[in-house]
Amino acid sequence: MTTGHHHGTPPAPVERRAAALEELLAEQGLVSPEYIDAVQQAYETQLGPMHGARVVARAWVDPAYREHLLANGTRAVHELGIQGPEIEHLTVVANGPEVHHVVVCTLCSCYPWAVLGLPPNWYKDPPYRARMVREPRTLLAEMGCPLHESVEIQVWDSSAESRYLVLPERPPGTEGLSEAELAALVTRDSMVGVAVP
Amino acid sequence: MRLDLDGTAAPPRRNGEPVFDAPWQGRVFGLAAGVVARRFDGDWAPFRRCLVDAIADRPERAYWDSWTAALEELVVGAGLLGRDAVARRIAD
Repeated sequence: MTTGHHHGTPPAPVERRAAALEELLAEQGLVSPEYIDAVQQAYETQLGPMHGARVVARAWVDPAYREHLLANGTRAVHELGIQGPEIEHLTVVANGPEVHHVVVCTLCSCYPWAVLGLPPNWYKDPPYRARMVREPRTLLAEMGCPLHESVEIQVWDSSAESRYLVLPERPPGTEGLSEAELAALVTRDSMVGVAVP
Repeated sequence: MRLDLDGTAAPPRRNGEPVFDAPWQGRVFGLAAGVVARRFDGDWAPFRRCLVDAIADRPERAYWDSWTAALEELVVGAGLLGRDAVARRIAD
């Protein structure tokens, strides 16, 4: 077997590669299998869009919080007790009757983990990363989010240090709902901007 | 890792899909998180640069394959493993 880099030679099956990396780093005492178990479990059970939904619902019921959230996303999210990675520079952008925001990472998969969890597969796929910049209106319609042509679409590329969260419009007819009931209406996709709640 | 998240935030995740499609993906994610925490002070930026390069290098490669390649590049670049260490271990 050659010891070449992944250029040129057929790569070893990726699972063996990942397992070898894990073994080698565990032998160095750097990352233990137990640590990996804990991280995996945390991301599967503790992080997720329910936290972003809580932020959105608060902004819907509290105009002062909404203003604060749009001015300083990171601080406003922390104030709800939400901590975690990839929201150190969080910008929140608000949809309105005339503008719709949508988030993409053209270079890889940057995403505000602490409020949305890890990104879905489509977010990481090349077609989404390329087409959301080139033809957002068409792609949004294909994803089940058709927008009237009078609505301006703003595409936010997370490739800088910034992470983005879309604040969707509060759905009509929800005046009587509690904050918790409102949070249950907020979908992950609406906070990425590929759907409306 | 700092995860001060109360367990009461239990509205539906509405992910519509599992976080990881296969167990090995969760493991290589956790491995990267461990390296970032232990060797990069929790800063994902160096890993992210490797990931951007790995994706640009082979855009059609599956995402977690690029992730694995990026992690290998990161630890080799940081001097934690030799360039051939992974390939040699696989060959063993």
